[in-house]
Amino acid sequence: MLATPKQLRELGILGMNRRNVSMIAAKNPRHLYPLVDDKLKTKKIAEAAGIAVPRLLAVVSQERSVKDLPRILEKYRQFVVKPSNGSGGKGILVVTHHDGDNYVKSSGDQISMESIQRHVSNTLSGLYSLGGRPDVAMIEALVQFDPIFAEYSYEGVPDIRVVVYMGFPVMAMVRLATHESDGKANLHQGAVGVGIDIATGQPLRAVQHGRPVTHHPDTRHKLSDVKIPHWDRMLKLAAACYDVTGMGYLGVDIVLDQNLGPLIIELNARPGLAIQVANGIGLLPRIKRVDGLTDVLKKPDDRAEWSMREFGML
Amino acid sequence: MSARVKVYITAAVLVLIGLGMALYKNLVLGFPMFPGNQQAVWTIEAEVNFLASNESVVASLALPSRSPKISILQEDSASSGYGFIEETSGSMRRGVWSKRNARGQQALYYRIQVYENRSIIDVDSANVPVIEYPGFDEPLETAAISLLDQIREISANNRTFTSQLLLALNAEAPGQNVIMLRRQTKSDEDLAVLVAQLLAMEGIAARVISGLRLEDGRRRQQLSYGVEVLDGDDWEYFNLETGITGFPDRFLLWQRGGQALLEVVGGRNSSVQFSIVENYRGTRELPLNANKNEGAALIDFSIYSLPLAEQNAFKSILLVPIGALVVVIMRLLIGVKTSGTFMPILIALAFIQTTLVAGVLIFLTVVGAGLVIRSFLSRLNLLLVARISAVIIVVILIMAIFSIISSKLGIERALTVTFFPMIILAWTIERMSVLWEEDGPREVFKQGAGSLLVAVIAYLCMTNSIIEHLTFNFPELLLALLGLILVLGQYTGYRLSELRRFEPMIEHFEATEKADAGDTKTTS
Repeated sequence: MLATPKQLRELGILGMNRRNVSMIAAKNPRHLYPLVDDKLKTKKIAEAAGIAVPRLLAVVSQERSVKDLPRILEKYRQFVVKPSNGSGGKGILVVTHHDGDNYVKSSGDQISMESIQRHVSNTLSGLYSLGGRPDVAMIEALVQFDPIFAEYSYEGVPDIRVVVYMGFPVMAMVRLATHESDGKANLHQGAVGVGIDIATGQPLRAVQHGRPVTHHPDTRHKLSDVKIPHWDRMLKLAAACYDVTGMGYLGVDIVLDQNLGPLIIELNARPGLAIQVANGIGLLPRIKRVDGLTDVLKKPDDRAEWSMREFGML
Repeated sequence: MSARVKVYITAAVLVLIGLGMALYKNLVLGFPMFPGNQQAVWTIEAEVNFLASNESVVASLALPSRSPKISILQEDSASSGYGFIEETSGSMRRGVWSKRNARGQQALYYRIQVYENRSIIDVDSANVPVIEYPGFDEPLETAAISLLDQIREISANNRTFTSQLLLALNAEAPGQNVIMLRRQTKSDEDLAVLVAQLLAMEGIAARVISGLRLEDGRRRQQLSYGVEVLDGDDWEYFNLETGITGFPDRFLLWQRGGQALLEVVGGRNSSVQFSIVENYRGTRELPLNANKNEGAALIDFSIYSLPLAEQNAFKSILLVPIGALVVVIMRLLIGVKTSGTFMPILIALAFIQTTLVAGVLIFLTVVGAGLVIRSFLSRLNLLLVARISAVIIVVILIMAIFSIISSKLGIERALTVTFFPMIILAWTIERMSVLWEEDGPREVFKQGAGSLLVAVIAYLCMTNSIIEHLTFNFPELLLALLGLILVLGQYTGYRLSELRRFEPMIEHFEATEKADAGDTKTTS
C-alpha cells in the first residue's frame, strides 16, 4: 500500500517538505506575495505587461461608492463581483444578465440591486477575505466559456493549471469539476485532473482522488478526447507571468474565453503537488533540467518554446 | 547550500552544549538521569506579605520543628535588607525578620526542604501547652454543656469521646447545639480551636495542630488543621472532618499549640502563603546533600533558584517544547493534518489536568456542540472578529452548562472542563466550521482526528515520567531539542503520508513500462 522513498525519488516526485523549503521559501521572495495574493494587483501588473486577463470593469474600494453601483453596473449586461483578497472562491457573485432592476445569477436565481450592494458592502468589510481584513471588490467582465469543455465539466468551470518554474512552464493539467467536488475545480475535493502534454496540449491521463479514471464520472465523456486549443499561446501566457511577478515557483490558472482565447484568472504562490499525480510523473527531473540550462532565455515566448521542445511525452 | 551548512553547524553546537551541560550535571554534580530509585523531596516555601508602615519592623513566623515521618533536608530564608534569626523556646521555633525602617509592600521568604522518613516516629509531647478552658458566652455555654452531656453518654474514654464529638460537629443533619456552636467557626482553624476548647471543658487535654499536606504543584496553599488528644500517655491525632485517628502520611507538621503563626510589628495586612513543589533525588545522596552543590554556577542559575510558585509554573512550561517536537515530527515526517499548528499542544496541556479519556470526551463534546451552534451563526453573515467573539461566548456557555449538568449528575471529572483554553477551542470551532463549508465534512473529520491524534501523542510524551524528570531537572536539554528541531526544519524528504499519496503513480509507471516493453517486443 505504500511506495518506498526510493521509488518516489526515481520518479522524481516533489514532496511537500521539499516544495516548502526548496521551491516556495527559496524561489518566491516574501515581499512579492501581495502581487499574487491580491487579485487586483495581479490584474493590474498583468494588464500593464499585456497579459490577457478578464477585463476589469470597475473597482469599489470605499463604502460610499457602493451607492453608485446601479449607475456603474447599468451598462453591463453581465459581470462578476469578486473580493480582491478572497480565498477558495468565496464571495464570488456571477450575474449572467439583467433587464432593468432584475439581475439574474448564474444559478438562475434573481437578485435585487440591494442584494448586490449588500454583497459588495460585505466584501469591503472583509467578510470573504483571509483573516477578515478589509478588502476591495473587483467587478470584472464575465468570461464567455469556450463550449469545448462543456461536456467534460459538471456545473463548474474548467480551468488549466500550469506550474511555471523560473519562467519555464514545467507541467500542466486541466481541472474538471464534478458533482462530488460541488462545481469546484479543486482536486482534493474530488475534481478530475487531466495531465496535459506540454509539447502538444494532448491529454496524458486523468485521475480522481489520486486514482486513474478514463471517463468523467458525471458526464461519462471519454477524458482522453479532451482537446485544448491555443496551447502554445497558453504556455507563453503562463511563462510571461514569471516576468511580472518574479515568483520562481508559480501556479498559473488559465480559462478559455470563446472570443478572447486564454485568459489568466488567478496566480498561486503555493501551487499544490496533485499536478504530478495527474501527469503520472514527478516535477523534479524537469526542475533539474531548467536549473541545468545554461542559455539565458529572457523572452517568455522563447522559454515556452524551450519547454515544449524539452518536456514532450507523446 | 551554505544556509544548510549553517543550520547543521548551529544545530550541532546546540546539541553539544545541551548534552554536555546535562552530562556535567549528571556526572559531576550527581543529578540522576532517571527518576527511578528516588525519593520525593518537597520544597515548601512560605511567603510572608505585609504592608510596612514606615517604621521599624519585626516579623516573626512560626517554623516547623520535628514532624513525625518527615526529615528536614535543609532550610533557608531569603529577604533582602532584613536581618534574620531563629528563636527557640522549648520545642517551638520561630523565625524572626527585623529591619530598622521599611516602607511599602514587603515580601519575606522562608524555604524548607523535607523528605519522607518513616523511621522518625517522635511525637514530642511534654512541653506543648494544652488549650485552656476559656468559658463560652451565653447561650454558647449552655449549648456546649448540653452537647458534651450528649457525647458523654455515648462514649467510653477520651478517644471515643473525641471521635463522637467530631462526628456530631460534622453531622450532615446537625442538632441545635451544634448549629449554634458552628456558627462561630468560619475556618478550619476556628473549628480546631472549638474542638480543643470543648475537650478542655470536658477536662481532656487537647491541642491544635497545623501543617501542610505535601502535594506537588501547590500554590497559595493554606495550613490545614487537626487536633491532638492525650489518651493515657500518648497523644492521638484526629482528623477534624473525618474523625480518623493516626498521624497522616505526607503531612508536614508546622505548629503545635495555639500560638500565632505570624506576628508582624510595624506592618499591617499581613498574610502567609505556602507553595509546595515535589522533585526527586537519588536516595543515596539525600543525607549528605547538604551544601555540596552550592556555588556550582549551573545550580545557581538553574530553575531551582526561582521562587517555588514560578518553579511550578515552569514544570508545565518546560513540557511545551516536547509537544512542539511531537507536532514537528507528526507534520514534517508523518504528514498528519491538524487544525491549527500548535492547537494540539494546548489541548494536550489541558489533557494533563483532566486525564486522557475524560479530556478527549470533553473536547469532542464541546467542539461538537460548538460546531452545531456555529452553523447557525454562519447564516447571520457576521464579520470575522464578531463571529469569533460570539463563538467564544458560546464556548464559555457550553463549558458552564457542561459543568453544571455534570456536577448535578455527580461526574466530577467533567468539572475539569475549565482547564481547556477557551480561545483556542473557539478558534478550533471557527476553523473547522469554515473547513466544513469549504471542503466538506470529510476534511473536518480528517483534520479533527489528526489534531486529536497529535494531542494524544503529545500528552503521552509529556506525561512520561522520564521525560518529565529530564525536562525539569535538565532544562539545558532544551538546547539539544532546539538543535534537533532546526535539523528537522531542513528535512526535504518525503512524508510518510506522501508514500501513500503518490503510490498510485508507481503502479501507473510500472504499468506503462510493461506496456512499453510489450510494444518493443511486438515490433522487434
